[in-house]
Amino acid sequence: MMDVIAESKTRVLQGRDERRNQTIPSQSPEERDRLVHAFHPDYKKEEYHRIRIGPNAGERTVREVAELLESDSSLPDNLDLTPQYRVDVLVVGGGGAGATAALTAKAQGAEVLLVTKLRLGDSNTVMAQGGMQVAITENDSPVTHFFDTLRGGHHKNDPKLLKVLVEEGPMAAQWLIQLGVLFDRDENGNLKTKKGGGSTQPRLLTCSDYTGLEIMRVLKDEVLNRQIPVLEFSPVVELLSDADGTCTGAVLKNMDNGQLIVVAAQSVILATGGSGRLHIEGFPTSNHYGATGDALVLAYRLGARLSHMDTFQYHPTGSVYPEQLAGALVTEGIRSDGGHLVNQDGRRFINELDTRDVVAAAIIRECAEGRGVKTPAGRVGVWLDVPMIDLLIGEGSIAKRFPAMVRQFQRYGMDIREEPVLVYPTLHYQNGGVAIDVDGQSQVKGLFVAGEASGGLHGRNRLMGNSLLDLIVFGKRAGVAAAQRAKEARVRKLTLTHVTRFRGELEKNNIKPARVAPIILPDYVRREEAPPPRPSRSLINQTPYRISPRSD
Amino acid sequence: MTERVNESTIGAHGRIITVEIMGRPYSVPEGLTMLRAMWYTGHEVVRGAGCLGGFCGACAVTYRTRDDVRLRNGLACQTVVVDGMSFFLNFSYYPNRKALYDLDQLSDPKQDLFKIYPEATLCRNCNACTEACPQGIDVRDGVWKSVFGDFEKVSEMFMDCVMCGQCIPVCIADIAPNHVALYASRVQGARLTLPPENLSKRVGEIQSGKYDREWKRILSMSEEDLKVASQPSK
Repeated sequence: MMDVIAESKTRVLQGRDERRNQTIPSQSPEERDRLVHAFHPDYKKEEYHRIRIGPNAGERTVREVAELLESDSSLPDNLDLTPQYRVDVLVVGGGGAGATAALTAKAQGAEVLLVTKLRLGDSNTVMAQGGMQVAITENDSPVTHFFDTLRGGHHKNDPKLLKVLVEEGPMAAQWLIQLGVLFDRDENGNLKTKKGGGSTQPRLLTCSDYTGLEIMRVLKDEVLNRQIPVLEFSPVVELLSDADGTCTGAVLKNMDNGQLIVVAAQSVILATGGSGRLHIEGFPTSNHYGATGDALVLAYRLGARLSHMDTFQYHPTGSVYPEQLAGALVTEGIRSDGGHLVNQDGRRFINELDTRDVVAAAIIRECAEGRGVKTPAGRVGVWLDVPMIDLLIGEGSIAKRFPAMVRQFQRYGMDIREEPVLVYPTLHYQNGGVAIDVDGQSQVKGLFVAGEASGGLHGRNRLMGNSLLDLIVFGKRAGVAAAQRAKEARVRKLTLTHVTRFRGELEKNNIKPARVAPIILPDYVRREEAPPPRPSRSLINQTPYRISPRSD
Repeated sequence: MTERVNESTIGAHGRIITVEIMGRPYSVPEGLTMLRAMWYTGHEVVRGAGCLGGFCGACAVTYRTRDDVRLRNGLACQTVVVDGMSFFLNFSYYPNRKALYDLDQLSDPKQDLFKIYPEATLCRNCNACTEACPQGIDVRDGVWKSVFGDFEKVSEMFMDCVMCGQCIPVCIADIAPNHVALYASRVQGARLTLPPENLSKRVGEIQSGKYDREWKRILSMSEEDLKVASQPSK
């Protein structure tokens, strides 16, 4: 099997000279549509189910999300709802959107509590490598950014949200710089820009391939500096509402001891991120451990409409080899800088900088039609010719621009500066989410949503580099609006009326919930079939040591 | 309900090896990362897992391999178990001091380091921090560079830092090197680097209303008109 791979790899190396001068035109709108409809997982009919109850009843979504929306609550109807905390703004989620919202609401004078399922900063934000789109070059403008994004989203984006995103982008970048984020600069001290898939102008701001890590590190540090109270390992298990259906707080679960914690809040901001860990359509994912779509089910039970819940982003270049990295991301930056996608025969088959849905569909097509490369573990993928970058823009470029990627593969003995890697689409982003207005408010009063959890902005396919921008721009907006709302403070009731009503709906429609949600963490633990521990301590501590000098 | 993808077996080959998890030996297939070996052997993991991609530092782990006397540090989501390995998630919840500061209020940020992290000057060059770093950062050198005010270099060296905190407990001078470096990096970005002209210019244009008329026109368009207008050939 390795021989087949080696042989195919040789073809990648041999074809470089020819491929170098080859231009692959972008697909026409019709061709893109045809390709996506034929091969993109969003169009796999048998994976889609009709949502039977709630604000989106009648619409279709993937099985995993339908089961999530029709799930049961973990709480009893008669829970004691005496609050342990009373705050102005409750921020749920400790990623980029949550931290931004918390900092902003605090700056507005609100009393903020940030709660999160894992630790502050554990998020998808921290893994974002490609960059953040901001239109700053001479030939670019927010309007061009608007149209690029609209085209990438198949014209299904909410134009009002999108205008806010692109126009407030430069101010968002400025805010981050003032907090100490170090975007890459050119020799004149200007921000460097790079071109992303589906964009007509270079506008990605980067911190090498650690853009998200750098942003998250700074935001997290600032949350601590501003002494915003944080409850870690305390996911929200249900929202609370009053008789009018206004959101009035939330119930958290302390994961250390299982205790429930009741929080009364004037405004709640859900910034719980996406849903990759649902493994939609059986895909591996690039997402973090806690990406279980909590905001979707929490907001839905309370009556908030969701937007675009039938479309997900499969990042074209998820790693398929080595097996340990299955599903992990190989940044789009590689393609931005000239890395070619090459099939088993050593041929390019798509313009690498088309939008993600189109490139993903093309890779799936190549593999489905037998032009993919099989890994020893039985996965299939196409080549991403990373070393091409050094040939195109100079020796050492890969090491300088993609230190995280180089390190990632080095851990498994692979040097991406020297050899191509095998890739296949990986579940990456929830294109839709809870529908919001320009202030991040959902259809439920008092309930705000920011970042990946929200929906409408990206249409049917998010453009690369727009998610980091989304979470800053709309994190700030939600923070401002939530704090504003809290100024008109009123004492409101804390009830689970909406949960009782939702349970009634389930029963009336004869739906037996397939699971209890929010799911909080994916279930990977083998229980019955797990091997028992051996009765004695292992040999490890009993072997005589060969003490050798440290060599590294 | 189990997910359609079960991470606990990804990477597993046929051969069965012995690994010790928190002092108990288990038989697991070769090829699993440490975290997957934990799931495979029935461990519920709450603390100790985060991004699962090697970026967040949640899965700080201490381990030793057979016949090697040395205790090593790593990231459990990125380290593959080998026969005879013993490991435990150390979580890195050290109650170290992270200084609180307001970047805007610093009068002389390079000097202020000595007020904010006075212990940074006490490094005794033991190099344990550098050896503990799973990201291969020359942490010791970074501490010295911070003290000598080369914040620019520190910011470059620590761009890879995942804040796993494994440099903290090993420090015999009670320095939290990652926090010292983060201070230096943030100061470098916020206070010691000029604002980028191209960005300032665009912000000015937006704030002066340069695009307002165009927005008015665009936001009044129908979906069809927007489709036409968005074609790049325009």
